[in-house]
Amino acid sequence: MAAEEIYTNPKNYVNRELSWLEFNYRVLSEARDKNIPLFERLKFLSITASNLDEFFMVRVASLKDMVHAGYEKPDIAGMKPGEQLEKIAQKTHELVNVQYSTYSRSLVPALKQQGLRVIVNHEDLTEAEGEYVDRYFKENVYPVLTPMAVDSSRPFPLVRNKTLNIAALVKKKGGEDDTLDFAMVQVPSVIPRLVEIPEETEGRAVILLEEIIERNIQVLFLNYDIVTAHPFRIMRNADFSIDEEEAEDLLVEIQKQLKKRQWGEVIRLEIDERVDKRLLKILKRELKVDNDDIFFINGPLDLTFLMKMYGMDGFDALKTPKYTPQKVPALMNDDDIFTNIRKGDIFLHHPYETFDPVVDFVRKASRDPDVLAIKQTLYRVSGNSPIIAALAAAADNGKQVSVLVELKARFDEENNINWAKTLEKAGCHVIYGLVGLKTHSKITLVVRREEDGIRRYVHLGTGNYNDSTAKQYTDCGIMTCNPLIGEDATAVFNMLSGYSEPLGWNKLVLAPLWLRGRLLRLIRRETEHAGKGMEAHIIAKMNSLCDKEVIAALYEASCAGVKIELIVRGICCLKAGVPGLSENIHVRSIVGNFLEHSRIFYFENGGSPQLFMASADWMPRNLDKRVEIMFPVEDPAIKEQVLHILEVELADNVKAHVLQPDGSYEKVDLRGKMKVNSQDQFCEEAKAAVREKLAEQEPKDRRVFVPAEPQEEIQEEQ
Amino acid sequence: MAGKIFAAIDIGSFELELGIYEISPGSGIRKVDHVRYALALGSDTYQTGIISYQRVEEMCRVLADFVQIAQGYRADECRAYATSALREARNNRIVLDQIRVRTGLKAKIISNSEQRFLTYKAIAGKDAGFNRMIQKGTATVDVGFGGMQISLFDKDALVTTQNLPLGVMRLRAFLNRLQNGSRVSRMELLDEMVDNELFTFRKMYLKDREIKNLIATGSTVIHLARHFTESGPGEWISAGDYREFYRRVTAMSRSQKEDVFGVSPEYAALLTPSAAIYHRVLELTGAETMWVPGVCLLDGMAAEYGEETKLVKFKHDFSGDIIASARVIAKRYKCHVPHVQTVEKSALGIFDAMKRYHGMGKRERLLLQIAALLHSCGKFVSVRDASECAYNIIMSTEIIGLSHRERTVVANVVRFNRQDFSYEECGEDSMLVAKLVAILRLANSMDRSHKQKLADAKIAVKDGDLTVATSWEGDITLERISFEQKQDFFEEIYGIRPVLKQKRRIK
Repeated sequence: MAAEEIYTNPKNYVNRELSWLEFNYRVLSEARDKNIPLFERLKFLSITASNLDEFFMVRVASLKDMVHAGYEKPDIAGMKPGEQLEKIAQKTHELVNVQYSTYSRSLVPALKQQGLRVIVNHEDLTEAEGEYVDRYFKENVYPVLTPMAVDSSRPFPLVRNKTLNIAALVKKKGGEDDTLDFAMVQVPSVIPRLVEIPEETEGRAVILLEEIIERNIQVLFLNYDIVTAHPFRIMRNADFSIDEEEAEDLLVEIQKQLKKRQWGEVIRLEIDERVDKRLLKILKRELKVDNDDIFFINGPLDLTFLMKMYGMDGFDALKTPKYTPQKVPALMNDDDIFTNIRKGDIFLHHPYETFDPVVDFVRKASRDPDVLAIKQTLYRVSGNSPIIAALAAAADNGKQVSVLVELKARFDEENNINWAKTLEKAGCHVIYGLVGLKTHSKITLVVRREEDGIRRYVHLGTGNYNDSTAKQYTDCGIMTCNPLIGEDATAVFNMLSGYSEPLGWNKLVLAPLWLRGRLLRLIRRETEHAGKGMEAHIIAKMNSLCDKEVIAALYEASCAGVKIELIVRGICCLKAGVPGLSENIHVRSIVGNFLEHSRIFYFENGGSPQLFMASADWMPRNLDKRVEIMFPVEDPAIKEQVLHILEVELADNVKAHVLQPDGSYEKVDLRGKMKVNSQDQFCEEAKAAVREKLAEQEPKDRRVFVPAEPQEEIQEEQ
Repeated sequence: MAGKIFAAIDIGSFELELGIYEISPGSGIRKVDHVRYALALGSDTYQTGIISYQRVEEMCRVLADFVQIAQGYRADECRAYATSALREARNNRIVLDQIRVRTGLKAKIISNSEQRFLTYKAIAGKDAGFNRMIQKGTATVDVGFGGMQISLFDKDALVTTQNLPLGVMRLRAFLNRLQNGSRVSRMELLDEMVDNELFTFRKMYLKDREIKNLIATGSTVIHLARHFTESGPGEWISAGDYREFYRRVTAMSRSQKEDVFGVSPEYAALLTPSAAIYHRVLELTGAETMWVPGVCLLDGMAAEYGEETKLVKFKHDFSGDIIASARVIAKRYKCHVPHVQTVEKSALGIFDAMKRYHGMGKRERLLLQIAALLHSCGKFVSVRDASECAYNIIMSTEIIGLSHRERTVVANVVRFNRQDFSYEECGEDSMLVAKLVAILRLANSMDRSHKQKLADAKIAVKDGDLTVATSWEGDITLERISFEQKQDFFEEIYGIRPVLKQKRRIK
């Protein structure tokens, strides 16, 4: 086989859905890891459940759409949609089994040991507990329930996407015939799913809401006898594609689609494994589900309630102590943020360092009388976002504020539409995304008219402008007033506003137009260098890697002798360490307390290394369908810091899983090695940096007084 | 803050552009923002002669946005200039009015020579490179979509400028008709077509002038050349490097061009023709180096604004260019040099002596000087109809640095130097023309015999008379008769009577 054919042969690629499932297994393995505090394990299990929900709603749904549409094009690994669905069904059923065995066999017993009794079945309640539960039902639950029975005059009710319901077979009291009717009631989402029962003895106990309802279901159907009742839950097709060319206003279109979403096709039915066959038959018929899409569950449906359990107070000893994001040393002084940026580029590493400077940057800018304009891209913002408030205030203060709000951020549309409206009312220029493209780049530009002319301050990041996820996601950012980057940033916003591309770019590389080509050139340059016998090395950290062209280039580079180290948290369609294909490629995935989210790319470049950060993964959708920004890290000190991140993550042997040639992931063998947990180490380093800075500022230990420098930036103080 | 923020808008044939500039005496002119919007006004104008309603709509929307952006920067002034697409559109007045009504912008249509002059100003604004360059033989090439402009320098003044119908769009349309030809034959044809036009230019204007340097502006292929030549990015490109670049461009397919240069498909299609124009000019002139200052019309507008507000000063003397061009034109039409020089000197002498009475400034003095230099060029075509011919010659010769209106003034001054003066025929500048004609006529009469008899006459206003005193000892009858014929008109204009006095030494 010719070399090029090896690089692009589908055999040498992994299907992205299966690779994603591998990732969910890695998260699940954290829930199974006995070295991890018990409540953290609950959290990981909950994450696997919500991950799987999203996976079904988006990926499985779209594969189903393809099958319906008769779309037969094989994927990167040569699998047709039908084949993929088959494999996925098999894998997901396995995964769910592991989830529930983890829950029932190890977590529930462990919780009991720690004094928290999870009452699995309402039949297990003591008499006193039963009384409490029944009163709770009468007072809190009963008023909000809407029981629905189906008979000839009442059609089968709409079952809402992702809601938990109880289905029952009922028989008319004193009826002459034996006909069974179907009845159901939705477990209300307005009442906490997890109900704590006061205990007389030591320890605590909780029960799930659906168990309480099930126990009292007779009250709901007084004229009937309950034959059998079981909880069930469905998932519907939620991914939709909007024809933007036709949509007059994107906003209206998305609002319409949101309403439609709950009517989508059922793609998964979860139901208690002990379900009555007759009941199941009715559900199958009415919801039109295939056997493959039914999951028989041995335990409570929808494990995401475990996140609520994690949030119970009183179990702090069973949780990892909460980490407080540290201050950024470069900002630990009395100067304002603009003055600090003028002193030199500032590097931010979240969540080890706080996200506050970014919020502060926008907030200061909104009040500063010298600021002319603030421009920002917003992809997913948090509820009550201080950034939104600051932007609205800026518009109030007469600044030109342009905000690109991406409405196509999955599942967040409702949230985003609200913010967009708030901003528009405040007088901001709001751009509702671009036709055919998602804007995924994270960039903020502040234009300020200063004594010596107009100066631009730019924040570029790898993560969204969301102050709450910034506490969970590891992301990097840079604040700079480098005029070359400022010029590019202005050009980015001009392009986003619908104007032509600039005549040239100084520093930034944008997708979808330039990023792919640039990445390929960077990889091929390493290949060339390796061919000339020079040292060639690529280190890249990202969330997902599934672009065929990029992977082929990496294979080629590996064969030319380039050393390639990849830190890919999620999907990886590349096969690592395969002789004759990717011997020189090492892939690891770090799954820890924080969600690894930053994208950092390092290229040896024959001894003068180039380092980039980006908002983009190496996925076709990032490179072709999104507006993304890759930016160089050039400040030598910051370069060192960023490189350090890569080095420590490559040395991680606690949370890293290494991709094996057979496609499985394995943890590093720890024997005879110092434990390196990269996330813990970064936490410690951030704390140490603050201590060091404080010590520097603390005058009491010094025997010499240091005269203060004259204040040069006096005009900045207001 | 001493500086000002200036917003420049260019309503071009294929693009709307906005430039935000920061101009201060300390740091000169700095571009802060550059916004472009592709809008092919030209394709309307060139096909139907008018700009369609939809385009006007779109244009107004974008321009209103531009105004907003300018306001966002708190611009001190915002100017909008429109070039050929609007200039040639029959409905341009309506369009201008629409722009004014909808956006508040008072857009101004500028002539080709004004447009080129602005670009030229932007180049000259880049002092260091410019001054170094024009010491040696230099030409500037400005390639646009509809045509190109070549200008030549003599010593350090720009002397000749010509607009050739070699635009990128035109060549591209031509190439499209040759779809079936091989790449080589298409390239040869393209070269040939460019050479045809350039040949005439060389024969008429270049002659044996030696061109060492080429200043290239206009089409953006030249920006690309800056980045893709062997010796790395820079504003200076050697002829060899450019040749290599050209060879690479022509060897590439369109999609390769998109990839390598990172440009859009539409633009990739324009690369070859525009690269070819620069290439042929380079070959034709035999220049060794090409300088790509990377300026556009917007930069020129900023330079103009900076100069007007006295925030920046040019080292280059633009009046010098105009005067030198006029001299070259006079020479081309075989004007009698000593006579022309005498008339020029006398005219300026009268102008200066009358300063307190005529209320005109430096610019008018320059116009008078140009008129004096060109006053007899019509004789080249017809001695009998010299005035009319001179008028036509001046009206159809581009003089970089003179606005269209100024050029009309000069042409009229020359025409009425000999024809009977008519206020009606000179349009809105008739007063200015009349004033200058009065002076030129008088100055011309002072060398009626073409013998420079009154060359060193002393000119001054004394006791309400303008006295021209000469110590020439020979006969000045011819001059005197002629002088007296002009007296009345001069007095009619200025209320001051010119008097010719011949001082005779007592033998």
